[in-house]
Amino acid sequence: MWTWAHKFGSPGYFYALAGKVNPWLTALYIALFATGLYLGLVVAPTDYQQGDSYRIIFVHVPSAWMSMFVYVVMAVFAAIGLIWRLKLTAVLAKASAPLGASFTFLALATGSIWGKPMWGTWWVWDARLTSELILLFLYLGFMALQAAMPDRQTAWRAGAILLLVGVVNIPIIHFSVDWWYTLHQPATITKLGAPSIHPSMLVPLLIMAVAFKVFYLSLLLSRARAEILHRERRTRWVQELARSGQL
Amino acid sequence: MSFELKSGELLQIDGANGSGKTTLLRTVCGLVPADEGNVYWCNRPIQQNRQGYFSQLAFVGHKHGIKDELTAAENLEIDQILAANPSSVSVREALGRLGIGECRHQLCRELSAGQRQRVALARLLVSIAHFWVLDEPLTALDQEAQRTVCDLVGQHIAAGGMVLLTSHQKLDWSGQAHRIIKLGNA
Amino acid sequence: MRKQQTFSIFTGILRRDLKLAVRAPSQWINPLLFFLIAVSLFPLGVGPEQNMLREIAPGVIWVAALLAAMLAQDSLFRADFEDGSLEQMLISSRPMSMIIMAKVLAHWLVTGLPLIVLSPVLSILMGLSLVGWWALLLTLLLGTPILSLLGAVGAALVVSVKRGGVLLSLLVLPLCIPVLIFATAVVQTAGVGLAIEGQVSLLGALLALSVTLSPIAIAGALRVTGGAA
Repeated sequence: MWTWAHKFGSPGYFYALAGKVNPWLTALYIALFATGLYLGLVVAPTDYQQGDSYRIIFVHVPSAWMSMFVYVVMAVFAAIGLIWRLKLTAVLAKASAPLGASFTFLALATGSIWGKPMWGTWWVWDARLTSELILLFLYLGFMALQAAMPDRQTAWRAGAILLLVGVVNIPIIHFSVDWWYTLHQPATITKLGAPSIHPSMLVPLLIMAVAFKVFYLSLLLSRARAEILHRERRTRWVQELARSGQL
Repeated sequence: MSFELKSGELLQIDGANGSGKTTLLRTVCGLVPADEGNVYWCNRPIQQNRQGYFSQLAFVGHKHGIKDELTAAENLEIDQILAANPSSVSVREALGRLGIGECRHQLCRELSAGQRQRVALARLLVSIAHFWVLDEPLTALDQEAQRTVCDLVGQHIAAGGMVLLTSHQKLDWSGQAHRIIKLGNA
Repeated sequence: MRKQQTFSIFTGILRRDLKLAVRAPSQWINPLLFFLIAVSLFPLGVGPEQNMLREIAPGVIWVAALLAAMLAQDSLFRADFEDGSLEQMLISSRPMSMIIMAKVLAHWLVTGLPLIVLSPVLSILMGLSLVGWWALLLTLLLGTPILSLLGAVGAALVVSVKRGGVLLSLLVLPLCIPVLIFATAVVQTAGVGLAIEGQVSLLGALLALSVTLSPIAIAGALRVTGGAA
């Protein structure tokens, strides 16, 4: 197990493996997106209350899920990186940050667009949107910290601690924002996510969620490969790749 | 590079500016992680034996670790608190031995560069540390003070201590044996 | 004997930092003045109407306290980092958590406590009732130590970054949101005459959590960043 982890963690091996896997992942997420969007936008019935505008959930909900998921993944990388000092974790976590921030931004943007027909305004301080906004700040803080430190290793270890502090705080922030929302907004706005969702809507939603995950994984591998090439640009294996024209 | 230091040994690191003398010392002190390799104390990596290692370590670095707004004596009292084993040498005695006993109640901001360096070096006397790490301990000192410090180092070695220091000068360590490693410009 | 030693390092560092604060007072007086000025800007910005001021008072005072804490927190480890004292603490074999707790407590005594002392003045400026002031006092007492601890995590992370003050705020302010929410809710609830025990105990829980966990994060962060030359 340990030797395997180190072999997998070696940049050259990871670069080659990721290069082999990635085309398959790309094909997979294209197929999943096509199916999910077809089922969601064409097959699923129109909502009797919200009309067609509800269909934005097929993008909004998966990106909101991803925004949380990516942060937790980064925190796991942080823990592994701090404990076992695997170099690869730094690459993966730093490659994830802009992706997670983009998913969060997408969740905010689609939430806001959805809000226009629902609430008649682009922005409402709704509990979920507010939490997403704070999450976006956490992503941006991590990225700002990485950018501010010239030494790469120090930057990553400091960032890893920040991620762990963040992941402890996120449940508290969520709880406090929910609590704040119920305190200030007595049930005048009806709850959005219907408690029971019809299978014709649920199936495309789940397909889209899986599509988003594969999409993230594929982008992560591409970004990690680019970062590895940059970091290892002076090593022999990268220069040999360049000389043989395989880059 | 690789080196080993035993009780009663003095190792002087020499090399051009920017050759990594200071970084080497900071790595030895565990302040910055080594890019590759490790620092061992009694055959154990220092990260696994912080307590044991740090209790035997005294460091006077490029940054002296002296507060401008405290007096010389107050600064040394803090060093005493931070030391694992305070020695029987009093603050007053320690400063006296480095020739700055009379300015012990002056704020450090009012002291000259050489005097401040002596306050920092007095730290070596108020704790019982086996291993001294000194970064350019003689730069700002006058002839007489340099002599005093060399004698201190010599006595520490003679008593079975260990010293790792950087210096450009060719020095006389009161007849104690010592080695010199020259760092090249890598 | 060991216990006594542990205590001596705590009191020793505490006394040192308080002495330094007395000898260089601008570091903690300036954020305090900022706090006072920031709060007095609001009546000028939104108008002097008493009822409106009373309504926004908890939020205004707490947001100003949050920003003042961020300003003050930047100096917590920076001076020690720049003159090399932090190195000496890092290579000390004495317990790092004690050193950190002493430093954070000293810092809170000169930056957090004065906010509490100022609170009657602020309550008068913002037209808070006596009950509202009591609630404000209670939240400041429980909440500002949390800000100090969270701020210390940020201060430790950015200690080697030149002009890291703004970065510190970026990192820490989102984490302070729960404190802001519960503290302002306490003052508002007290203002309308309802029971506040629930929210106060939530603040207390947050304080207990940050007292236990932050020293670990602060020590870890200092070991990463504090050794940089």
